[in-house]
Amino acid sequence: MLVHLRRSLVLAVICLVFFGFVYAFAGTGVAQLLFKNQADGSLTANGSTLIGQNWAATKCPGNPLGSCVFHGRPDDTGPYAANPKTGAAGGDNPLVANGVSGESGATNLGPRSKVLKADTKALVAYWHKLGVNPTPDLVTTSGSGVDPDISPLDATVQIPMVAKATGIAPAKLRTLIASESHGAQLGFLGSSYIDVLQLNEALAKLH
Amino acid sequence: MGFFATILILVIALGFTWRYLGSYMAAVFDGRVHFLGFVERPIYRLLKTSPEQEQTWKRYAGAMIIFSFVSLVFTYAILRLQGSLPLNPQHLGAVGPALSFNTASSFVTNTNWQNYGGETAMSYFSQMGSLTVQQFVSPAVGIAAAIVLVRGFSRRKSATIGNFWVDITRCLFYVLLPIAFVAGIVIVAQGAVQTLAGTVTIHDSLNGVTQTIPRGPAGFMGSIMQLGTNGGGFFNVDLAHPFENPTAFTDLLYIWLTLSIPVALTYTFGKMVGSIKHGAALLAVVVILFGSWVAFTSYSEHQNNPAVVAAGIHSTVGNAEGKEVRFGDTTSALFNVSMTQTSDGAVDSATDSYNPIGGLGPLTGMMLGEVTPGGTGSGLYTLLIYAIIAVFIGGLMIGRTPEYLGKKIQAREVKLAGLGALVMPMTVLILTALAVSLAVGRAGPLNAGPHGFSEILYALTSQGNNNGSAMAGLTGNTPFYNVIGAIDMLIGRFGIIIPALALGGILAEKDVVPEGLGTFRTHNPMFVGLTIGVILIIGGLTFFPAISLGPIVEQLSHLRFF
Repeated sequence: MLVHLRRSLVLAVICLVFFGFVYAFAGTGVAQLLFKNQADGSLTANGSTLIGQNWAATKCPGNPLGSCVFHGRPDDTGPYAANPKTGAAGGDNPLVANGVSGESGATNLGPRSKVLKADTKALVAYWHKLGVNPTPDLVTTSGSGVDPDISPLDATVQIPMVAKATGIAPAKLRTLIASESHGAQLGFLGSSYIDVLQLNEALAKLH
Repeated sequence: MGFFATILILVIALGFTWRYLGSYMAAVFDGRVHFLGFVERPIYRLLKTSPEQEQTWKRYAGAMIIFSFVSLVFTYAILRLQGSLPLNPQHLGAVGPALSFNTASSFVTNTNWQNYGGETAMSYFSQMGSLTVQQFVSPAVGIAAAIVLVRGFSRRKSATIGNFWVDITRCLFYVLLPIAFVAGIVIVAQGAVQTLAGTVTIHDSLNGVTQTIPRGPAGFMGSIMQLGTNGGGFFNVDLAHPFENPTAFTDLLYIWLTLSIPVALTYTFGKMVGSIKHGAALLAVVVILFGSWVAFTSYSEHQNNPAVVAAGIHSTVGNAEGKEVRFGDTTSALFNVSMTQTSDGAVDSATDSYNPIGGLGPLTGMMLGEVTPGGTGSGLYTLLIYAIIAVFIGGLMIGRTPEYLGKKIQAREVKLAGLGALVMPMTVLILTALAVSLAVGRAGPLNAGPHGFSEILYALTSQGNNNGSAMAGLTGNTPFYNVIGAIDMLIGRFGIIIPALALGGILAEKDVVPEGLGTFRTHNPMFVGLTIGVILIIGGLTFFPAISLGPIVEQLSHLRFF
């Protein structure tokens, strides 16, 4: 009994040192040395290419809010949701979930939820007002709440809105979308996608 | 097409893993691997033990329980002292007592149920020193228990079944550490964060929004949490978060990591008992059940979400609510099934938003006791418990003496196996009944109607099976759910591990009966079918009434919204 206890304490301390700290510090060291950009969060001057942003609040002089950029997927607190949960920055801050700033989260609404039905309806109406016929991705929220990607089709349906607000020809936007599309990884893993931040950075260069 | 190619690659990769990792693990636990002897030997000296000092099953179990208890105290203490410990750039305070108890039980039992949002509640010190440590230690404990049961079959007339301290040290250093470290590097290369620099604040000149992005040492936590079928990630949304699961490739890598040890252990079993055929028979049970679950869950998630259709979107293929674009619906379903047929429980999409039958996949995967392939170690010992029951039933049906691998299965063994098979369903069902009959329990679910019931049932099934997958709509961070959850997890872990160790001990004492004409064959398709039948009947009979109140009612209620 006492032998077990003494051995347990010794082994627990060894594990704390080895698997808690040596492992994590060695891992961080190797990661920072070899893949610094990824390990730091894939940052650009305007954010992280892996973290979705609030594009709906972008000011577009002479045009409705958010109409001069491509949008990512909404999150559960969007301004278009039936019950917007936060008021700040137009409400659609992907980095606020469950009322906690900095937390990731999904709506967790079931497939037969009245709330989900109402929220989705509000989202459809929101897109129609902007002149966009939305795809499923644009009216549903992601698993993380910070999904940085949309599909090429999700971007294509936003062309009329962006073309009207920016004055860039639709054909040029189509070329832009094609050049920003990433195919499925290794040709078969997952599906093709566009990183919304990279797309909007490329769009800004067209202005 | 992409989905079938993904499955094909996964099957090929797991085939190699089964063969080579399986035989490597057999060598590790037989003491034939020594390349880290310079780490291993000093540890034995510090512990004042050696591979030659073997233990009886009772001493082995005692060591395991006391070690787990000490781990529980360490984990709890670190969470409670979080505010005064270093590596806390966000200056987070102590974690509350009920939540700390739940979290400590959760990580020590290999469950990784999380009633907190990792990035906003846990300091780097807690994530590394308390949670990641247990993500190494708890699978090692599970694997050690499985190896004891295997030795029960491979040894003859032996009073001892190995040395707990040696088994766990070997498992940690020879199996878990090397694989987790290499996988961690790959995951970071794909885009996962791995930094101790704290959050970063960036102003986006394109939309005028300033955002504060949480970061941390997530990549290397991701690799061990999957390899050890732990499943508790750095972030609140676990592996749906792009900072821990950045690409479709890492998604597949995580699936492989999770399935690798449980699948390979069936080979290790075959190798150690001297009959690969018996390992292959267990693998066949695993493949058949796993394949069926992937099929119906992926199919269901490839259908439309009723609420989205009702809102006027008809052009949809697949349920996109709660799923990430880079994974897609079918791969997300494959991921969630892989995590609930093992004891992992990580999610890359919101299980709560799955279609009713899609949500039934993960739920029933756990209810069958997580044996296909199950958790690291826990999968194999639970599967062997079912195999013993199958041998017993098979023997009764044809009137022959039940034997498995030459060991007579008698009253004592069957009682222990029965206990091991029934502890989990009893705990889960009693606690679910308790939760739905108390007001504090009914206050938990986010969704109304049958889906709300599913949320409660899912939570207690997940904790009782040491899984940790969640329909995250349930508000679990209340004293009530924290405490019953912790009880659920501790019984679900030790209520099965102790009968498994006892079985190992008493089987090792027996001699082997030579195979005769009357011996019931335990490596042919007949036996595979019988074992599958036992798994389905025990799981089905115990849980069917409960699931018919949840997902089944929800699926059948056309045009109704709750």
